[in-house]
Amino acid sequence: MTENNYAVTAENLTRKFGSFTAVDKVSFAVKKGEVFGFLGANGAGKTTTIRMLCGLLQPTSGQATVAGYNVYTQYEQIKMNIGYMSQRFSLYEDLTVRENIEFYAGVYGLKRKQIKQKTEELLTYLKLWDQADMLTVSLPLGWKQRMALSTALLHDPDIIFLDEPTSGVDPDSRRNFWLLIYELADKGKTVFVTTHFMDEAEYCHRLSIMRDGKIVELDEPQRLKQKYHADTMQEVFLNVVNEGGSDK
Amino acid sequence: MAESNTNPILINNLQKSYGAVRAVRGVSFEVQEGEIFGLIGPDGAGKTTIIRIVVSLLAADSGEVLFKGRSVGEHIQFVRTNVGYMPQRFSLYQDLTVRENLDFFGDLFKVPLDVQRQRREELYAFSKLGPFENRRAGQLSGGMKQKLALSCMLMHEPDVILLDEPTYGVDPVSRSEFWDILKKLAERGTTILVTTAYMDEAHLCDRVGLMFDGQLLALDTPSALLKQFDKPLFLVESSRPHETYTALKNADFKGEYNLFGNGVHISAGKDFSRNKLIKLLEENRIEYKSIRPVQPGLEDLFLELQRTAAS
Repeated sequence: MTENNYAVTAENLTRKFGSFTAVDKVSFAVKKGEVFGFLGANGAGKTTTIRMLCGLLQPTSGQATVAGYNVYTQYEQIKMNIGYMSQRFSLYEDLTVRENIEFYAGVYGLKRKQIKQKTEELLTYLKLWDQADMLTVSLPLGWKQRMALSTALLHDPDIIFLDEPTSGVDPDSRRNFWLLIYELADKGKTVFVTTHFMDEAEYCHRLSIMRDGKIVELDEPQRLKQKYHADTMQEVFLNVVNEGGSDK
Repeated sequence: MAESNTNPILINNLQKSYGAVRAVRGVSFEVQEGEIFGLIGPDGAGKTTIIRIVVSLLAADSGEVLFKGRSVGEHIQFVRTNVGYMPQRFSLYQDLTVRENLDFFGDLFKVPLDVQRQRREELYAFSKLGPFENRRAGQLSGGMKQKLALSCMLMHEPDVILLDEPTYGVDPVSRSEFWDILKKLAERGTTILVTTAYMDEAHLCDRVGLMFDGQLLALDTPSALLKQFDKPLFLVESSRPHETYTALKNADFKGEYNLFGNGVHISAGKDFSRNKLIKLLEENRIEYKSIRPVQPGLEDLFLELQRTAAS
């Protein structure tokens, strides 16, 4: 089956809130191992789409699968197969680094022995042994960000949703973070990213741009730049989103 | 001596620590009348601390801070009545409508009712919020909330305004609309000190201070800053940029190299050339699709200064 090559599929996916159509017949497919960028203005329908894909919100109509599971019926399986990291990081700042990792491992249902093993693995991987018993609040932002990503990966999900993961992080740490993302993609993980940093959008293999509930562009960053005769994704984005400005 | 300085904001060797954390380490700059001055840097660089000290919400450990020629610490009341301040998380009243929020801030600053009416109309024209007058603030989009927050702050017509990350989390289109408003305010003579973590907003400022780790790494007009990066810079495009980057790292290349979109930006001093670059790539068997010289951006400069400061 072709669907096995895809981590996420959506076909005519729609969500209405009363008379308002937040997501309007959206169709796309994300390949396994792909870094997929999900762009759009505030209120274009990105968050609603992601919430449906993560099994947090039922679609009004249309179809979607995540990791091969149906979003209408198999949301529990979906939750076990995805990782989610938001710009707010959701780390407990008054727990130590070690306690945060153990806490999330527990939440994801890992066994006591696995928790111990995973915690040690992560501390080594993040080079945080010296900080293991320090309060998380005292870590620099770039480290917290790497740690938040790692805790979202504790249950070894196939698909990772990153919601504006690098807001406010310095340029050097942001690049280190993207090297981690590529590393994950090389291991076959699928990465689904939303961002307002247009230079960051260019790191994605493919990008979709939403406007008024619809996906209006979906292609590789280079090809989008060619299409709009633009030097930067910022120009592309402004072009795409402003085209629809008059019908608001 | 500096008390006679007429610039709206003057900061001289400012220091501020929170316990062991040195948030601001000897920062000096002046904001001139009618200019847009941008403090640009990541979270934790010290931008918010500086803003809060200037608006008198936080006391400096040492150094001089003047607002319209008066020492901030000694003229708190003067500062608070004359400054416009938009904090990072603006406390709009979510249950009040757009109109009610504006009225509230007008009343708070004791603006006469007829003047309030006139300003409200001006601000609606600026912000395009007129059609949403009766919508509750909580129901506005992120970009519109920021415009309302700015409008509320402008109800008492301050001629010096400080905005702390007003475009945080706002999409590129709404960001550009917000900056259009700031430009119009500056044209009318308003002095603006604004902070942001978006490097691409730097070129919208008259002058820019690049901040990292409590220090000002550089301060100048955007075009003069870019001239500081005075060496050839190349974009090496490849289908797998992170592998190109890792290969350069493994080759122990001594120049600067950073991920940029679908490639890597590479520089190595003034006499670096295309031929030297090709030699480097071929000697290390690094695959690439194309090489082209590119104009450095502020992000290139920031990365370089950031690493120099850290080492």
